[in-house]
Amino acid sequence: MTISFMPPFLIFLIGAFFALFLRGKVLKWWIIIVPALALVNAFILPKGFVYDIHFIGLDLVPIRIDQLSYVFGLIFCIISLLNSIYAYGLDDYRHHVAALLTEAAALGVVFAGDYFSLFFFWELKALSTSFLVAIGGREGSLKASFRYLLMHVTGGVFLLGGILLHFHQTGSIAFNYLGLTNLASLLILIGFGINAVFPLLHTWLTDAYPQASYAGTVVLSAFTTKSAVYTLARAFPGTEALIVVGVIMAAFPIFFAVIENDMRKVLSYSLINQVGFMVTGIGIGTELSLNGTVAHAFAHILYKALLFMSMGAVFKQTGKIKATELGGLFRTMPWTLTFCIVGAASISGVPLTSGFISKSMIVAASAHQGLTIVWFILLFASAGVFHHSGIKIPFFAFFSHDSGLRPKEAPFHMLLAMGIAAFLCIAIGVYPWALYSILPFPVHYVPYAPDHVMEMVELLGFSALAFTLLMLSGIYPPEMRAINLDFDWVYRRSLQLFMCFDRKVIVVFEDKIVNTAYEWLFLNPIMFFARFFKGVDTYVVDGTVNGSAKATYSVSKSLRKLQTGNLQDYMILFVIGILILACVIILLRGGI
Amino acid sequence: MNPYKFFEKPNSLKITLIVLFSFLAIVTVLDLVIKRSAEYGFEKFPSFFSVYGFVACVVLVLVAKFVLRPFVKRKEDYYDD
Repeated sequence: MTISFMPPFLIFLIGAFFALFLRGKVLKWWIIIVPALALVNAFILPKGFVYDIHFIGLDLVPIRIDQLSYVFGLIFCIISLLNSIYAYGLDDYRHHVAALLTEAAALGVVFAGDYFSLFFFWELKALSTSFLVAIGGREGSLKASFRYLLMHVTGGVFLLGGILLHFHQTGSIAFNYLGLTNLASLLILIGFGINAVFPLLHTWLTDAYPQASYAGTVVLSAFTTKSAVYTLARAFPGTEALIVVGVIMAAFPIFFAVIENDMRKVLSYSLINQVGFMVTGIGIGTELSLNGTVAHAFAHILYKALLFMSMGAVFKQTGKIKATELGGLFRTMPWTLTFCIVGAASISGVPLTSGFISKSMIVAASAHQGLTIVWFILLFASAGVFHHSGIKIPFFAFFSHDSGLRPKEAPFHMLLAMGIAAFLCIAIGVYPWALYSILPFPVHYVPYAPDHVMEMVELLGFSALAFTLLMLSGIYPPEMRAINLDFDWVYRRSLQLFMCFDRKVIVVFEDKIVNTAYEWLFLNPIMFFARFFKGVDTYVVDGTVNGSAKATYSVSKSLRKLQTGNLQDYMILFVIGILILACVIILLRGGI
Repeated sequence: MNPYKFFEKPNSLKITLIVLFSFLAIVTVLDLVIKRSAEYGFEKFPSFFSVYGFVACVVLVLVAKFVLRPFVKRKEDYYDD
């Protein structure tokens, strides 16, 4: 088979490589050309194409283009181009390289047909995104990126363990429907689940996303969780546990979002809430719900990027991002506000926007399956998301009390990126069949039934009324300079506790018991023998040597007196000697 | 050209509220007119979604303010020790 197209991830990999060496204007155009090429390429991707190679004894499928991967691949290419236009003004080449790498990795994950390729791109994505957080330039960026990496490496270990076990059991590394059946699939599910912000494993997202740069958060919001949604939709459709996980994710973050002060953190919580809808859709597992999940992921990537872009623009122009420090920006940033409102309407599911035609499929699917409680929670979550993302974000940033800030409108390229995203949000909402026609299953769903439109208008209209009345009566929780603890408190405190345990117990135990035992068992006997041999050495060996030396010394000392060096002394001695000798001879011979 | 200049005017809040309330009134009337093809019986109650949306948001805010916030709120430098 001849290849008439480029593997999408390869375009971005090559793009990232050259971006390392390019600077200035050339780089800025390069980062737009690369995703633009990829987008053109995405339109000619042949559906049903599979590219497999046999490598080191494994059947690798680095490219598998079917209906499911195609939709995700297409939206990833679209959002990559928007990201690049948005980040055009950024002079930091590291951001552009990391963004292109993230995009390459996300596309690699989406088109991977085997676990080996999947894992490779999975880890590349973890590295490049944590790098994006690290260069965020905020006070806590570096620390947050370490925590982020720690979490994702842990997820990668779960995934790898699951893959190896799965390979061991089945002999296959093909990445297809898996289902939650055994330990291997559970490990893989947890590996995917950490990236898909399953509850209690979600804190890396709300921790790290607000720490990235104004353009970095937009990149992060598009790829990490959504490629995890893709893998879940591929491997675990119809897994009932995911319904429970999904509705929890849809419900709990909205409570945090209501009291959160950092606007990008509010959006991070609402991201979890929206991914909750998708996970629920995967769990339900019918054609309608899976279509809903894919459509919602597609729509979500656009409107969430749009919301993060608008808050990024506010952050870039004012240097502030907390609700307590913002307000009244409608005077000078009307375009950003307009696009923000489009994003807010889309995430809330206002009719004629993208959220309406995608989210409602999942909600309808839950009703069709008779999942009443799920249906109630999803409705609650729909009202809640309108409340905090639909109203709170535009209201606190652009209206509310006047902060006195009068920033300039965002630069043209940022407005352009937001404008295109806003246009697409409305286009999909007005003409949903453009999106419906590329979904994995044939769509029979009619979003614009009058009663359904009424449902949504009522739900949202009276949520707005609740917000208005609570605001006017002063019951609405006031903006506060504070942080709100989340489940990462457990991770952080348990690590601190461990360190404390280490200092107070392990170190003390080592010091008092291990060291003492060592002293008694080894050090003291060795010292005893050492002292003994030292005694032998000192008193016996040295004594002998010293004694003989002393004796020699004293003999020499007394003998030394004989040696005066005076000739007359020697002469006298000589004479005395001769005389004594003569006397002796005379005495011996008995007289002269 | 700033379409939001309207909000600088002193009676903007009043006008906004009047628009909102009349919109909701129209919605409530329309609700009685438009026929429902409901999945569940309770969806057929008049203004079911209005009531649910309103109650859901009030409960959400009250729980977030009086239950969650006292429980999780800390100083901004809580983790910097």
